Amino acid sequence: MDRLALLGRAGLDKLAAFGRSSMILFQSLIAKPQPVMMFPLLIQQIYFVGVLSLVIIVVSGLFIGMVLGLQGYTILVDYGSEQAVGQMVALSLVRELAPVVTALLFAGRAGSALTAEIGLMKATEQLSSLEMIGVDPLRRIIAPRFWAGFICLPILAAIFAIVGIYGGAIVSIDWLGIYDGSFWANMQNSVDFGEDVVNGLIKAIVFGFVVTWIAVFQGYDCIPTSEGISQATTKTVVYSSLAVLSLDFILTAVMFGEL
Amino acid sequence: MNLFDDVIIDIQKLSFSRGERPIYSDVDIKIPRGKITAIMGPSGTGKTTLLRLIGGQLRPESGSILIDDQNVPELSRGDLFKIRERMGMLFQSGALFTDMSVFENVAFPLRVHTDLPEDMIRDIVLMKLQAVGLRGANTLMPSELSGGMARRVALARAISLDPDIVMYDEPFTGQDPIAMGVLVNLIRHLNQSLGHTSIIVSHDIQETLGIADYIYLIADASVIAHGTPEELKQVDSPQVRQFMHGLPDGPVPFHFPAGDYSDDLLQGGL
Repeated sequence: MDRLALLGRAGLDKLAAFGRSSMILFQSLIAKPQPVMMFPLLIQQIYFVGVLSLVIIVVSGLFIGMVLGLQGYTILVDYGSEQAVGQMVALSLVRELAPVVTALLFAGRAGSALTAEIGLMKATEQLSSLEMIGVDPLRRIIAPRFWAGFICLPILAAIFAIVGIYGGAIVSIDWLGIYDGSFWANMQNSVDFGEDVVNGLIKAIVFGFVVTWIAVFQGYDCIPTSEGISQATTKTVVYSSLAVLSLDFILTAVMFGEL
Repeated sequence: MNLFDDVIIDIQKLSFSRGERPIYSDVDIKIPRGKITAIMGPSGTGKTTLLRLIGGQLRPESGSILIDDQNVPELSRGDLFKIRERMGMLFQSGALFTDMSVFENVAFPLRVHTDLPEDMIRDIVLMKLQAVGLRGANTLMPSELSGGMARRVALARAISLDPDIVMYDEPFTGQDPIAMGVLVNLIRHLNQSLGHTSIIVSHDIQETLGIADYIYLIADASVIAHGTPEELKQVDSPQVRQFMHGLPDGPVPFHFPAGDYSDDLLQGGL
């Protein structure tokens, strides 16, 4: 009986947390946006969240594209269809790997930083003192960070895909000696803008929303102690990763599963 | 003239609890305008909670907190942020914004709440910093300040909008004797020259008795005594005497409530 009660309690806690996170989302984004005040703060956050994530995104994209080219070639060459490696690299990147891997890296690089920053602001009473100065921390602190993540992730995913394709091309054309005309032409013929590129971008937009939401909520809602902040940071990475991977399956099923 | 002819904050029948533990039950407190009022009591009696209740960061279970006839718990989110512009609060930790310089910290309330031109903001900020003796430190970052300096910067920030009410949360805790003396003088001096109402939450008896016009002593979820410093020194209740003279044990127990000591020790087995 006790276990049942505990299970119910845990469920209720999760539900309450979801309610709180929705309220934070609503109050910071929808209720009375202040674009003029927010613009400089947004630019600053885009720099921290997006520009500073560029290195890890570019390097990972390059290597993943190169690995895809290499693996694709070793399999396809057995069937004499190594010309299709360009198509394979581009499709797997644009449809799946770019949005998913970018979102996972983003959760680790930027999401955890957002949580820790907001959590420490809470622990050092900076959020309280903003409130007492008469400034709503949801608008001043949460909203610009949320928008920055939401804007940056799709752009980072696009950069990831482009760099990845370039990495695949380096390996396939310059190293393995595939004829570059057929590499690019195959890619051009098989990648459809509406079907593949737009769907990949939609995934990235959804992931950007979810990952940033989780990150800012965990920071804002954390227990303001060192232990609480470390738990919140871990939760951000774990919940974001799980959310991204499960949502990816659902989105793929809807987009490509002919349901 | 009676101290309570002109009351700025009128707290009536305030009740608030954390979980099962009552912090306040049916408490009445009046804060006279333009004076220094101290809220004193042992640690953990919810003195800081009272400041958060006045600032509207917490909502009481019942009772009213009237600031010039506006009831704080019933204000809308927007009105609450409006009324907070009339308050300054000095947090225990200072709570400076770590990503801004000292100058920007003090300028922050002016920038968000006024449309003053930049050179006027600069003048006001330098005047406030001069008042706390830190004009020369205006380019430093909060991480470069000592604890006492950080608290003085926070004080300059709290008064930058010339608020009607300034609330000090444990301003003397953890200060060396010199910084303590500086802060005591500052609070008294600022109160006299700017004419705002000060509320000091503290358990540093000597310093607080020295500057307060009126004192509320809080213990066991209620006000156990109130009066001017002279009146409080005369009170004969054992609880009040214990606190005022810093006696280690008495009606306010040194020990957190616990079961029988020997039973507890023997539970581990012999």
